[in-house]
Amino acid sequence: MDDAVAEHRPLRILIADDSDSDRLILKTLLKRLGHEVLDASNGLDAVSLFRQEAPDLVLLDALMPLMDGMEAARQIKSLAGERLVPLIFLTSLSEAGALARCLEAGGDDFLGKPYNRIIIEAKINAFNRMRLMHQALSDQRDLIRERNRQLTEEQEVAKRVFDNVAHSGCLDASNIRYHASPQSIFNGDVLFASPRPAGGMLIFMGDFTGHGLPAAIGAMPVAEIFYGMASKGFNGQDVLREINQKLKRILPTDMFCCGAMIEADFKLNQVQVWNGGLPDGWLIRSSDDRQALPSRHLPLGILAPDQFSAEFERLGTGPGDRLMMMTDGFLEAADSAGNVFGERGVADALAHSDNSEHPFDTMMSAVHRFTGDLKDGDDLTLCCLEMSDQASFSALPDRTVPSSLAGPAEWRCSYEIREQTLGEFSPLPLLLHICMEVPGLRRRSGEIYTLLAELYNNALEHGVLELPSEWKHSPEGFGRYYLERKRRLGNVEGHYIRFTLHHSLKPDGGRLRVVCEDSGRGFDFQSHPGVTSSAYPEGSKRYAGRGLLLLKRLSESVRFHEQGNHVEIVYDWHFSGAAANQGDMAR
Amino acid sequence: MPIQTRRDNSGRTLVIRIEGRFDFSTHQAFRDAYEHGDPDIRGYVVDLSDTTYLDSSALGMLLLLRDYAGGDSARIAIENCNNDVRRILSISNFEQLFNIR
Repeated sequence: MDDAVAEHRPLRILIADDSDSDRLILKTLLKRLGHEVLDASNGLDAVSLFRQEAPDLVLLDALMPLMDGMEAARQIKSLAGERLVPLIFLTSLSEAGALARCLEAGGDDFLGKPYNRIIIEAKINAFNRMRLMHQALSDQRDLIRERNRQLTEEQEVAKRVFDNVAHSGCLDASNIRYHASPQSIFNGDVLFASPRPAGGMLIFMGDFTGHGLPAAIGAMPVAEIFYGMASKGFNGQDVLREINQKLKRILPTDMFCCGAMIEADFKLNQVQVWNGGLPDGWLIRSSDDRQALPSRHLPLGILAPDQFSAEFERLGTGPGDRLMMMTDGFLEAADSAGNVFGERGVADALAHSDNSEHPFDTMMSAVHRFTGDLKDGDDLTLCCLEMSDQASFSALPDRTVPSSLAGPAEWRCSYEIREQTLGEFSPLPLLLHICMEVPGLRRRSGEIYTLLAELYNNALEHGVLELPSEWKHSPEGFGRYYLERKRRLGNVEGHYIRFTLHHSLKPDGGRLRVVCEDSGRGFDFQSHPGVTSSAYPEGSKRYAGRGLLLLKRLSESVRFHEQGNHVEIVYDWHFSGAAANQGDMAR
Repeated sequence: MPIQTRRDNSGRTLVIRIEGRFDFSTHQAFRDAYEHGDPDIRGYVVDLSDTTYLDSSALGMLLLLRDYAGGDSARIAIENCNNDVRRILSISNFEQLFNIR
């Protein structure tokens, strides 16, 4: 095909002329030029020869019996379809109207009689070049069409893989509203959400440089890391660090991911936000106050791990407060004149909205009004999270089959973290991971995480750091509590927290014993209201002791030893109840 | 000519000036502007006085230049940004990587 235009193979030429002598002259002439010749003495025969032999070029007398050249030309052109078959009329006509009719019937040119050998040869060569060019173009078009079909097919398959990895997690939870639309098969935007085993949620929104496969390739490991780590109980900081490290390693220098991570805790009523390169997020309080959450970090995948900052902004919230994040595709939505919606559009829309309308609807209708006719293909992502307890009822996606005893059943392990590692590193994902090896416990990951987390936080904050939980009664104290926590963590020399886990089988399930010891001074557990009673003291809205109460409700027994710095809990599970609703703990 | 380069008076700083849109279409020209391994060059100035628009692939190209110029030890200044361009650089927190003035 490459040299098609320069091809010099003999042509197959069909000639049709009712004059025997003319036909003979022409035939001899063409054969002498090296071509193969088919001949017919009328239009009807010419058409049927054309159908059988598919010649490359046709020379047609205009006036013939049975079927004239005009009609034959029409039929031949229609038979040729997409193939370019040059058709030259042989005519002694010279009247302009008659010649024009020849061309209208599908002719490409005419040759006057009597024949001139040089002109015939030149015209045949010229039309052959055109024919070959046409052939080359259609071959290339077919090739492109085929390649494109292949590519689309491959992308469809890749998209299915991508969707399996980068599924949308718990985005369908009742307190999340979002809009995410792909520009091509793969979008540069990603939006993931996962419930945390301890309650609360983790949301990640990302915008990769570029679109299509390169962006999707970056999005896959991010999805894997996000869902993998979130379900094991890692916090937002750890997940972000891991994502950044991975992207830094795998992406070329000029590719990165603008992103935001939101860690919402509905029980504590706080959100933590990290914004690296996305437009301002907004916290819209139920009181209608708004607070911007600007980008304070470089996008993900640029900085080396030791330079990366996963410092979150911590915000106290109230029930009904809403958090909104968007990618810059939202700001870049343009009207017909090319003006962009921009930060001003967002600010105006928020300023003119009142509390009766959900900010998600406010934003979507504002951008629709602005662009006039926003096509679904436009590449923008918007997500709104409402601070609502409802969310803690949505269970973690459970991908394990409730198998019988496949897994460790009788085991014991001890894990101690010491000194500066306290507070810098959370042992919970590791401990949870060990427990999750037991199939019967896997379905209880939420409860187990809560047990471990309460034990660890008690041991660290009250045992080692001796922080009084009464501080958390007031919003100011809440802030003071966390400041002081940070300060005291700087001085934990000689301290430790030790977990001892012991699992054994029982006839209809298993028993997990968890002992948590710390190096603190302990407390007077004999007279502590959280230990002695099974309910909050009447009439007072106590914050302290909530953790203890939770431990007691979730487990068979909670016992204190030594000076109160040695806690032992017993947790039983049963085959029948292995699928128990994790929501139980939240009630 | 959307990208022009010159040396500053000391001859040791390469000034790269970008006109119009700084986006993916500028990719090759931008790389050609600095990738000639001139040993005399110690620092770079990216002059954006005539740059009307900058997108995320341009941010990527700036990162490539930074890598080329020695990564963390690179000396690169970005100058004369208009408000829109400045805003994009600041949302992405590129002032942590470049001297933007």
